[in-house]
Amino acid sequence: MKLLAKIHVTLKPGVNDPQGLAIAGGLRQLGFDGVEGVRAGRYLEVRLDAPDRQAAERAVEEMCRRLLANPVIERYAYELTADDPAPLEAAIEALVEEEA
Amino acid sequence: MKFAVVVFPGSNCEQDTYHVIADVVGQPVDYVWYAESGPDAVAGYDCVVLPGGFAYGDYLRVGAIAAIAPVMGAVRAHAERGGLVLGICNGFQVLLEAGLLPGAILRNASLEFRSQWVHARVEDAETPFTREYRTGQVLRLPIAHGDGNYFADPQTLAGLEERGQVVLRYCDPAGAVTAAANPNGSLHGIAGIRNARGNVLGLMPHPERCSEAVLGGTDGLGLWRSLVGSLVETR
Repeated sequence: MKLLAKIHVTLKPGVNDPQGLAIAGGLRQLGFDGVEGVRAGRYLEVRLDAPDRQAAERAVEEMCRRLLANPVIERYAYELTADDPAPLEAAIEALVEEEA
Repeated sequence: MKFAVVVFPGSNCEQDTYHVIADVVGQPVDYVWYAESGPDAVAGYDCVVLPGGFAYGDYLRVGAIAAIAPVMGAVRAHAERGGLVLGICNGFQVLLEAGLLPGAILRNASLEFRSQWVHARVEDAETPFTREYRTGQVLRLPIAHGDGNYFADPQTLAGLEERGQVVLRYCDPAGAVTAAANPNGSLHGIAGIRNARGNVLGLMPHPERCSEAVLGGTDGLGLWRSLVGSLVETR
């Protein structure tokens, strides 16, 4: 079955996040005085083909552990949904056209 | 006393490193391509150097993709056999991602790419990489990185300090470790660490860029001479 893994990789609490601090500063600069903090992270979409949902979960779990997140500084969370490639491909096409 | 300089797609200090080894300290050296796989990729070399640069464009995280490049299996086996491994700048980041050294590297606290001379204190002159220096000696070395902010959890950090694995620490010209002398926010002012066994060293400064007077400094030369001395001695 074709699945889409939506993966969020974020810094563990306590790990200094200079990017988050700079973004928070930027937001306050814009007048968002209520901003109390920002943590920057990474979002990944992995499309995969797997025999079943469990196998896909095991694979994504291992991808996160072995490459997509660094366990020293990061944690991860993901959700698996049925893969509908249309929106992603449309978005990529739009980007390519925009650049051309 | 043979050196291997590993070349990843995106390495950019491999020629400087090769030049210093071949022409300044006069040792045999080869480039080893990242795609070399199999256990013998670095067979016959005493010291494997992972040079500076931006391997794989630093995509995902600095050093992350290079850490799983085909050649790294052989580099890991070389380290496990007790062979010497030196990671400079991006090479240090690769060693951290590969788990050959503990901890991780974060974006510089200033968010700036820092290309400048810094001072760093030799904390341990007993390693195969530093024996030409004196413990406490202050070196003047160039750095050039956007991600050099060393991080480890408190237990790991305490362990590093207890076992004396911090080999280089940013300091002021007089040797005092201060926040102002720290160019990237690195915890405990760490500029370079070794593994527990002492055969793997990673550092952010570039010793290959300061091993000839014409480049403005020669404080890096001691590292290469230390390695040559260590290799001769073990033969």
